[in-house]
Amino acid sequence: MTNSKPTDANQPRPLGLARRGYSGVIHRLAADEANSALSAIELESRLIELGFVEGARVKVLHEGIVGRDPIAVRIENVTIAVRRREAMAVIVV
Amino acid sequence: MEAPLLHLALVGTPNSGKTSLFNALTGSRQKVANYPGVTVERKEGFFVTPLGRQVSVVDLPGTYSLRGRSPDEEITRDIVLGRSAGESVPDLVLCVADATNLRLTIRLVLELKRTGRPLMLVLNMFDIATRRGVTVDVARLSGMLGIPVVTSIAVRKGGTSDLLRQTDEIAMQAPPPSQQNLWQPLSVAELRATQREADRIIAATISLPARPDTWTARIDAVVLHPVAGLAILALVLFVMFQAVFAWAQPLMELLSSAFAALGQLVHDTLPAGLLQSFLQNGVISGVGSVIVFLPQIVIIFLFILLLEDFGYMARAAFLMDRIMGGAGLHGRAFIPLLSSFACAIPGIMATRVIDNRRDRLTTILIAPLMTCSARIPVYTLIISAFIPAEQVWGWVDLRGLVMFGLYAAGIASALGVSFLIKFFMWRDDAPAPFMLELPDYKLPRARSIAIGVYTRAKMFLQRAGTTIFSMMVLIWFLASFPAAPAGAEGSAINYSLAAMIGKALEPLFAPLGFNWQIVVALIPGMAAREVAVAALGTVYAIEGGKEAADQIGQVLATKWSLATALSLLAWYIFAPQCASTLAVIRRETGSWKWMAITFGYMFALAYAASLATYNIAVALGAG
Ligand SMILES: Nc1nc2c(ncn2[C@@H]2O[C@H](COP(=O)(O)OP(=O)(O)OP(=O)(O)O)[C@@H](O)[C@H]2O)c(=O)[nH]1
Ligand SMILES: [Mg+2]
Repeated sequence: MTNSKPTDANQPRPLGLARRGYSGVIHRLAADEANSALSAIELESRLIELGFVEGARVKVLHEGIVGRDPIAVRIENVTIAVRRREAMAVIVV
Repeated sequence: MEAPLLHLALVGTPNSGKTSLFNALTGSRQKVANYPGVTVERKEGFFVTPLGRQVSVVDLPGTYSLRGRSPDEEITRDIVLGRSAGESVPDLVLCVADATNLRLTIRLVLELKRTGRPLMLVLNMFDIATRRGVTVDVARLSGMLGIPVVTSIAVRKGGTSDLLRQTDEIAMQAPPPSQQNLWQPLSVAELRATQREADRIIAATISLPARPDTWTARIDAVVLHPVAGLAILALVLFVMFQAVFAWAQPLMELLSSAFAALGQLVHDTLPAGLLQSFLQNGVISGVGSVIVFLPQIVIIFLFILLLEDFGYMARAAFLMDRIMGGAGLHGRAFIPLLSSFACAIPGIMATRVIDNRRDRLTTILIAPLMTCSARIPVYTLIISAFIPAEQVWGWVDLRGLVMFGLYAAGIASALGVSFLIKFFMWRDDAPAPFMLELPDYKLPRARSIAIGVYTRAKMFLQRAGTTIFSMMVLIWFLASFPAAPAGAEGSAINYSLAAMIGKALEPLFAPLGFNWQIVVALIPGMAAREVAVAALGTVYAIEGGKEAADQIGQVLATKWSLATALSLLAWYIFAPQCASTLAVIRRETGSWKWMAITFGYMFALAYAASLATYNIAVALGAG
């Protein structure tokens, strides 16, 4: 449940909720928590293939206009555009 | 004894420069652009190494893994694993990497090693890596991966010499003992393990850029800004359509007077008769009326190619993603749809990057609604004849604005159709995901732009010389025979086969305000849309009689009402008139059904739109 300090910096949280300018490190992948059209295994595989693995540094560079979606994420030295829905599967600290 | 042909295959992550390398090695001119997913087909080429070994090389669609989750990735997987029927297994797989961005490729290399095929890693774009200060310990990397590693600069002369030398060396060695293919689709845990291993290798061999690409960051800060970014996208498209009109005009007038003069010359030098009529009305008025549009075709391709090479396409896809998602489209649908502005055929092919079959089908169905370049002649002809060349708001060309409006109508209807498909067929499904790499910007290279424009211009002229020419011969024949009976009233064309056909079908199209001449022009327009313009040119030239043919636009302005003109414009936004597009839809969907559905729904939309436009225009007094 959300407590009175929802934005505790050291608390793991989904990348899908991060705002522009956020930067952090990937803590784990939680593909079954994202409400994606892809199956959990498929989503996780794709995320890994695009370099989203534990320990990788990520930064949210840009966000779209409708619902701040999609987001452009810098992961190590690649920029990947993803929708927030799929980014919910990436838990960052 | 002649050494057997050495088979190479180019594999690698999307946008790493495989096709550039293929072109450099074989001297081909396959399409290269700065966004992921350009190549969607297997292409074979040949070359001879410095030591004289004959080599065949296949260029393949880019992929991050061998799982083959979309039709283009399946092609790559099947070639690498030797599963395609009638296809030799590659003797050597060249894994092409973007040297500035090795993380994902090294993981792919580790996966490729499991196939047991001899492998070589090509660190391409080494020029950019060097400029940015990326240093790679090539020998160590090669040692850790256990495969040869070479550097290359595909876009520079001599940039592949390292690769060629190494290929020769490998070719001279005895073929390695054939290894077993241990590849199986990787589990999530294995994927993770390979990526970890890749990161470990990278940490040991590569020092990452001291200076990351600050230009890309700076440009993106503006171009991907939520508000400014969309405004820039709209402006880019707007300027593009303005340019198609404004910049092309002087050249088009030049071409058009040249053809008029040529027609006059034929008229004056040849005796009156069939030959004179054939050359003047059939060939010069018909084919000439299409060639006149060459400057516009060149300009639109110039714009598209510049945007593609710069790296803007992936950004546009990013900006449009949610807007298109609202219409039920897959995030990867944007680039195929934008390519369809050039021609629906490559656009439909490009949908192969879409993994979900349903999303891919939707995109294929609406791609022909995007205004392809073959519609430009039709639009331009009618707009020039009926819309005054005025400036609105002081600087916007009114004709360009109408053109922009027609493009916008095409886009809006495509989104509308997609929305309806989604709503009626699968409204409850979660939207398809969108994951796209945004490549670093690159300065477009004049040579590759020039080659691209030249190839397109050549294709356009070839079509004018073949399809359009043969259609024109047919139209001229139909419009000239049988000759009018002696002492007949009015123009001879009224007694021709063309008139008979046109008049027979006229009742069907009369509610749209189309006369029989238009109906006749629509039929050969099936071969290619711009033929309709040529056909109108011929029909009206023959009807015009012995005088030198006026320019077709001026003729139309006197013969048609504004309502008819607008109705025909509306028709062409939707018209399903392109046999080659329909054939590609059949091939890509593998069924006649989807081809028939496309034809049917577009015909219905075209008819309804024209009917509405005509009646509204007449009601407003434009009849
Ligand atoms: N500076 C530089 N640019 C390169 C080099 N190789 C390729 N490029 C550019 O990189 C972009 C991508 O090249 P492509 O050859 O289309 O890449 P691809 O791997 O075939 O891409 P897909 O077909 O989408 O998988 C283009 O803009 C090329 O001009 C290189 O060695 N140096
Ligand atoms: Mg390619």
